[in-house]
Amino acid sequence: MTTQDTGPRMGPGPAPGRAHARASRRRRDAAYPYALYLPAAVVFLVIFLVPTAMAFYFALTRWTLFDSEFVGLQNFRDFLAEQNLRIGFQNTIIYAVVTSGLKVVLGLLLGVLLTGRLRLRGFLRSVVFFPTLVSTVAVGITFAMLLKPQTGLVNQALALVGVDGRDWLGDAATALLSVALVDVWKGVGLATVIYIAGIMTIPREYYQAVAVDGGGAWHRFRHVTLPLSWPATYSVIILSFVGGLRSFDLIWTMTRGGPGFTSDTIASIIYKQYQAGFFGLSTAGNVILFIVVTAIAVPLNYFLGKRQVTA
Amino acid sequence: MKTSHRMTGAALAVLAMAALTSCGSGSDSGTAAAGSVTLKFLIDNSPATVDTAKALADTFMQANPTIKIETETRPGGSEGDNIVKTRLSTGDMSDVFWYNSGSLLQALNPAQTMVDLTGDPVLANVAKDFLPVVSQEGKVYGVPGGTAMGGGILYNRKVYEQLKLEVPKTWADFVANSDKIKAAGIAPVIGTFKDTWTSQLFVLGDYYNVQAAVPTFAQDYTANKAKFATTPAAQAGFDHLAEVHAKGYLQEGFGSATADQGMKLLAEGKGAHYPMLSAQLPPFVATMPQAATDIGFFGIPGTDAAKNGATIWEPAGVYIAKTTENLEAAKKFLAFVASPAAADAVTKAVPPAGPYRITGAELPDDAIQAAKDLQAYVDEGTTAPALEFVSPVKGPSLEQITVAVGSGLTPAAEGAAQYDKDVEKQAKQLGLAGW
Repeated sequence: MTTQDTGPRMGPGPAPGRAHARASRRRRDAAYPYALYLPAAVVFLVIFLVPTAMAFYFALTRWTLFDSEFVGLQNFRDFLAEQNLRIGFQNTIIYAVVTSGLKVVLGLLLGVLLTGRLRLRGFLRSVVFFPTLVSTVAVGITFAMLLKPQTGLVNQALALVGVDGRDWLGDAATALLSVALVDVWKGVGLATVIYIAGIMTIPREYYQAVAVDGGGAWHRFRHVTLPLSWPATYSVIILSFVGGLRSFDLIWTMTRGGPGFTSDTIASIIYKQYQAGFFGLSTAGNVILFIVVTAIAVPLNYFLGKRQVTA
Repeated sequence: MKTSHRMTGAALAVLAMAALTSCGSGSDSGTAAAGSVTLKFLIDNSPATVDTAKALADTFMQANPTIKIETETRPGGSEGDNIVKTRLSTGDMSDVFWYNSGSLLQALNPAQTMVDLTGDPVLANVAKDFLPVVSQEGKVYGVPGGTAMGGGILYNRKVYEQLKLEVPKTWADFVANSDKIKAAGIAPVIGTFKDTWTSQLFVLGDYYNVQAAVPTFAQDYTANKAKFATTPAAQAGFDHLAEVHAKGYLQEGFGSATADQGMKLLAEGKGAHYPMLSAQLPPFVATMPQAATDIGFFGIPGTDAAKNGATIWEPAGVYIAKTTENLEAAKKFLAFVASPAAADAVTKAVPPAGPYRITGAELPDDAIQAAKDLQAYVDEGTTAPALEFVSPVKGPSLEQITVAVGSGLTPAAEGAAQYDKDVEKQAKQLGLAGW
């Protein structure tokens, strides 16, 4: 959802012509009768606002789908007493940091590479972006096959160069990181595209100035590309960090939080409670997840936004 | 303004239509043509259930040409539980459906959602000792579908023959056998932790030994008085699981192997023991016929050879949803499901995994070896139903805990304590007395 909000705004500094945009929007408001907004408002109300409000209520009940009993904050106490919550939180943070960090680094490098003068540039851009288009569940199932201990392609390839691969997803030490790397593989395309757009908006004059001053490729990258593509970095960090906090589909298709609880994230813990039929409890978990994501994303957004102005 | 109102009206109408059509799907069961009735039958998607249901439906339709049965599949496990719960609570359930008996049934609120069959002639042929597991507060809601099954160790008899081993009566014998098997270069125990549910068998299948040592365990456990971690006989299951991993009995890649791969390893003799439900076997016999004779069954051995026995799982039930519009036809179908004729039809399609719970239905002479082994325990009277059939308390995270214990990530005692906490959460959510 954040894609649409932060995606298009790439230029450094405040967006140009914002006052103008606001004024014209007000005029557009007046141009249509309010009744025209009603259908959208009804849809929004019925399938978004009402369930959200109900979720806050059901989080306070013991809910079996057949009936519900009000229990106050008991569900929140039970959720916070969940034995594997600590592992879940740890894993969620590790996963978010690893994936967003790698996406920034790899996305920036690929972005620089793919804005350079390359013969197959268009083709390579498509190749890098391609994994983003594939369904996450399909990616998860495919990689689960590739990572199998004896029959998987990854270990067979490693065996060719004499490396003894391990049971990547069945081993507690490697399960979470394996999933995170697959997430990076899938998500780096989007980061690259954002970087390409960001780098393209950097005026050529800066590079010419570096050339006049006798700076080399490293100077161009370190003192022009890197600082001036900050808005892109900002978008990539926010997008992938929030995405990492909410990560669920890949983890569920590849490890189901296992082995044991070693790759559980908050989202998979909540899903398991829902599966067990603890609907009130899992709703309470979702309310907590909502608060946590907001508590991390809003300050992060503020902090990164501030850097953007000073950069 | 006039136009805009009309537009709004049109838009609302479109919305309403969309809402109505989306709600309408699925509720159009019922009478198809004049005189004929269509019954929808919701089953889980395990191969054994699918084949059993097909055999039941086909045979029934031959005898009753005016009733058509349409089977519909759903996933198994807790995902399937939620589908069943959602459909029951929204009144969208199929006419008849296949679902677990025992503790899981209690969570469906049968008094509100299912047709009460107490005293109905439908139950005429149902074995009397099966009724408690499909009852709530003295009212009966279902008939048995398929056969009972054993939960214990499936073992490769060829491997036992080659190494001249005897079926173990105590856990110490089991360990001694495993050491010999390991020395012969065969994996003594097969672990398939990718399908997490398969990791629970050492704990759940050990219940015969638990109740042999502590006869009041189920009652005390339900009443929040007995715990796994404080009852040595109950914790033994976790201990066995940890021991199997610590001694290196599991095959390579146990962490990402699936149940199907486990059966294959067992039938090929690459693994000797597989803690499993005997019901996994029959669908597998079609692809590997040697599994019918080469694979046997024994109960998980305990400490005392004199008290050796096996834990059994009762068959699932077939129930009628209260919302059905074809009650007569549904009852007719249930009466057939619980008849010896139905057992014969099922036997032809799926080799039985254990004894039927229908009076007058018997195992055929060519039953698979594992079913014969289980029948021997039944004939001797040394079986006990699994804990989930005698207590409504069952924690949802047992399968993850047993994977962690079985992979050496969590010590056995800690795993048992974790499970006690997990159970507490479930009991509280169910609102059971005493928790």
